[in-house]
Formats: sequence, structure tokens, C-alpha cells
Amino acid sequence: MNARYSTPSIGLHWLMALGLGGTLALGFYMHDLPLSPGKLQLYSWHKWAGVTLFLLAVLRLLWRLTHRPPALPLAMPALLKQAAHAMHWLLYALMLAIPFSGWLMSSAKGFTTVWFGLLPLPDLVGKDVDLGNRLQTLHLGLNVALLILVAGHVAAAIKHHFIDRDGVLASMLPGRSH
Amino acid sequence: MSRSLSLPVAALIGIAFALPAHAVEFNTIDAAKSQLGFSYQQMGVKMDGQFGRFAARLKFDPAKPAAAQASFDVQIASVDAGSPDANKELAGKDWFDSTRHPLAQFVATRIAPLGGNRYQANGQLTIKGRTREVSAPVTFTPSGNGAVLEGSFSIQRSDFAIGEGAWADVGIVANPIQIRFKLLAEVDKAAGKIPGK
Repeated sequence: MNARYSTPSIGLHWLMALGLGGTLALGFYMHDLPLSPGKLQLYSWHKWAGVTLFLLAVLRLLWRLTHRPPALPLAMPALLKQAAHAMHWLLYALMLAIPFSGWLMSSAKGFTTVWFGLLPLPDLVGKDVDLGNRLQTLHLGLNVALLILVAGHVAAAIKHHFIDRDGVLASMLPGRSH
Repeated sequence: MSRSLSLPVAALIGIAFALPAHAVEFNTIDAAKSQLGFSYQQMGVKMDGQFGRFAARLKFDPAKPAAAQASFDVQIASVDAGSPDANKELAGKDWFDSTRHPLAQFVATRIAPLGGNRYQANGQLTIKGRTREVSAPVTFTPSGNGAVLEGSFSIQRSDFAIGEGAWADVGIVANPIQIRFKLLAEVDKAAGKIPGK
């Protein structure tokens, strides 16, 4: 069990971990602020980060589909292996679905998303208050699901490292050869 | 305002002397079929809004633009910038301060022909107690019994103190505001009536 993830996989994993954590925290924080220039700025930054994370997730998924990750430990029960795979694919799905739902929500609420204030994304749905509210609920729900999955993901990594004492966590850590 | 008082008189004179000649004087705006909108940039995002309630006084004969008169009163409280949050914010002191300045007003001072169906309307625009000269090209398109007057012009919101304090930063909400109007002008036989909705 000495195989490690490839350097691009490790880089994208930790970059996205930081980006998702920050963007998600910002989303929860900015939501209840009273309207101010600062709030508009935070919303724009949140959307720019979301579009960036979506593109990183696409890149990551393409990399994952064309590069075989290290095999899971032989000692792992088949059921746990299946659970691990399911969890990873769900995480990929959420990494795509969350920014996508945010983009749709923004359009439905009447705000075109303009990446870094320069590149306007098409409005896939028109302005629609009801749809906007439903997409907001969806965006929130998907983020809560992400939080739960990430908690499980972190717990599994810790279990691998301290209880199973296998190389699973080490295989995703940067800058170390086993 | 002497201008509005003189309107019925002017309209009566118009009826007395201009009928049944070729000239048609448009003297009313159907506010329900007219639109007054604006757009602006918010951190690179184009935003649209509109005013729902306004009244206009008009006296316009396309053949005699020099004699034209036009003025507008816009109810600031009827602003719709896209969300209840934004509308509430816009009523506040930093933006329109609509309690102290409930009306924005435009009074045309000169309407000059540009050739064909185009005119240049010059006038005084007053918002939040500040008055500035504005000028807008207007196209005149007959439509049924009436005519559509359509045009747009741009103002700088800082000229009218629209967005003070923290909002004065034009990096968030940009300074230029595009104003678009599309007005259905009609000939009201019972001239002199002040239309509006």
C-alpha cells in the first residue's frame, strides 16, 4: 500500500477543500447581512468562487476518469470499499451540483452571474421569484448534504490513519513520499 | 407651476385653431401603456429596474416641435429595482430619500427636430432636490390613434446624490444610470385633462 495519488489529484483535492470550505462559510455568513455595498461585494466574490470551484471540479473529474487512483487497502471489507466509492462519487456530484444550483438561483433571482465581473454566464432560467426561492432551498440542502458527507469523509480518513493504520490518508497528503 | 396652469389654455387654443388641419397635437400620455425603466451595473452585472407610477403633461405636434411642451412627475416610491430588499433600501436617505423627495421631475425646455421621425429633447431633470440639464434623442412612431415616443439617456447617479455614504463607492454600483422611456402619446379630445395613473 505505497501508492499515492498523483500530484495534480493531491493539489486539486486540497485546493478545493480550502475553496469549498471558504465559499461555503462565506455563503452562510453573507446570507443574513443587511443590504450594504459590502454584502453585494461578498455575494459577487461568493459567485466568482463558486464558478471557479465548478470549473476545478470538472477538471478534477476529468483527471479522475483518466487516471486510476491508488487501490483501497486489501484488508478493507468489500462493503466499506463500496461505501467509500459511493461517498466519493457523491462528493463529485455535489461539487458540480452545488455551484450549478447557485448559478441557476442567481438567474432566477434576477442576477446574472458575471465571473470576476468580466465574463457573463448565460441565464439558463429567467427571473422567477418562486423558482428562486426553491433553488435557494435546494442550494442550502445540497450544502448541508456536503457538510455531512465531508464530516464522514474526514472521519473515515482519521479512522484509516489512527485505527486501521493503513496508508490511505498519507496517499493524499502533499509533499511526502510514504 | 404656471406651466401646468397654461396647459388647458394652450390645448384649447390648439383645438380652436389647429383643427381640422393636418397637424395633430398629442396632449396626453397613457401611463398604463408607457414604460419608464433604468439600468445600471453592479460589480459588472447589468441590473434593470423601473418606475411604475408617473404622470406626464404633454403638448406635442410633430410638425411644430419648437412649440412642444412636456413634463413628467415620477413617483419615487414606485421604484422596482428587482427585489423588496433593494426597493426598501432605495427609499432610504442614502438613495432617493423618498419621504423628503417623493417626486422626480423632468421639464422639457427645448425639443429640436433631428430629421425624419427623430427629435432631441432637452430639459431639466430634478431628482432628490438636485437639478441637472439632460438631453435625450426621441423617436416618434405613429401607432394606431396615438404615437410611441421612445428614447434613452444617461445620468451620473453622483450628480443627484443617489447613493450616498457607503454607497457612494462607484466600484460596487456604477455611476452611470441608463434611463429608457417608451411613452404612448394620444390625442385626448377632452383636452386639458391631466392624465396619469
